[in-house]
Amino acid sequence: MHLSWRYLGLVFLGGTVGTALREALGLVLPPIDLAGAHLPLTTVGINLLGSLLLGLLLEALVRRGHDAGGRRTARLLLGTGLLGGFTTYSALATDSALLLHGGAVGLAIAYALGTLLLGGLATWLGIVLGAALHLRTRGEGASARGENG
Amino acid sequence: MTPLLFLAVAAAGGVGASARLFLDGLVRTRLGGAFPYGTTIINVSGSLLLGLVTGLATNFLLAPEWSLVLGVGLLGGYTTFSTASFETVRLAQAHRYLAALANGLGMLLASVAAAALGLWAGLTLG
Repeated sequence: MHLSWRYLGLVFLGGTVGTALREALGLVLPPIDLAGAHLPLTTVGINLLGSLLLGLLLEALVRRGHDAGGRRTARLLLGTGLLGGFTTYSALATDSALLLHGGAVGLAIAYALGTLLLGGLATWLGIVLGAALHLRTRGEGASARGENG
Repeated sequence: MTPLLFLAVAAAGGVGASARLFLDGLVRTRLGGAFPYGTTIINVSGSLLLGLVTGLATNFLLAPEWSLVLGVGLLGGYTTFSTASFETVRLAQAHRYLAALANGLGMLLASVAAAALGLWAGLTLG
């Protein structure tokens, strides 16, 4: 499926918008300097928010049905493309390496491990929210059908 | 930043994201989907290249505009944190804790080491 031009196009579109959002946030909220070290708090926020939203999106999609049609379009455009392009791993790794290079070992470990652990927590929270959202909308649908009957 | 440069960075991110889809699909076909090797390969290779770009830019061997297009754009869009985190949580939910640890902590350590290597290479070339 990775060879489909349509799928590559959807991910290109989503990835372009996601990167533009990350870029814009980086311009509005530049990294702060703490005790001579370059602390990329904006990247932390971007990666945590993106993880929460991806967990929510993928869980909501998988509960609605199998990966086909509109659900696959949404997964590729918004998941793989938009949120995949919005969040970034290379900046996390390189900024951590730069902190290590500058001798700020504690800060490097706190930044890298903190992002990893909080990112996992944000993802899990997103999955729980996606599941709850699905159960709520399904519950409303069921009660609406009950009233009609 | 000029509007044109902003658009170039964003579009480079789109290209990086498409490359990620392509490579992940390719790896999935070859190695199967039991462990998310694709995202690991993508994030480690992207970290190595961003380290290199950052090192070269520090030594003025790469123009700041190119460093933005390649670093923030192409490699920023190519690598992804959210998918890596999602795949780790899914492995943990399936009680595959060792695989989750490898995909979480293992990928992080390998990526930081790769970025440090790239950074060193970029700084040494100058």
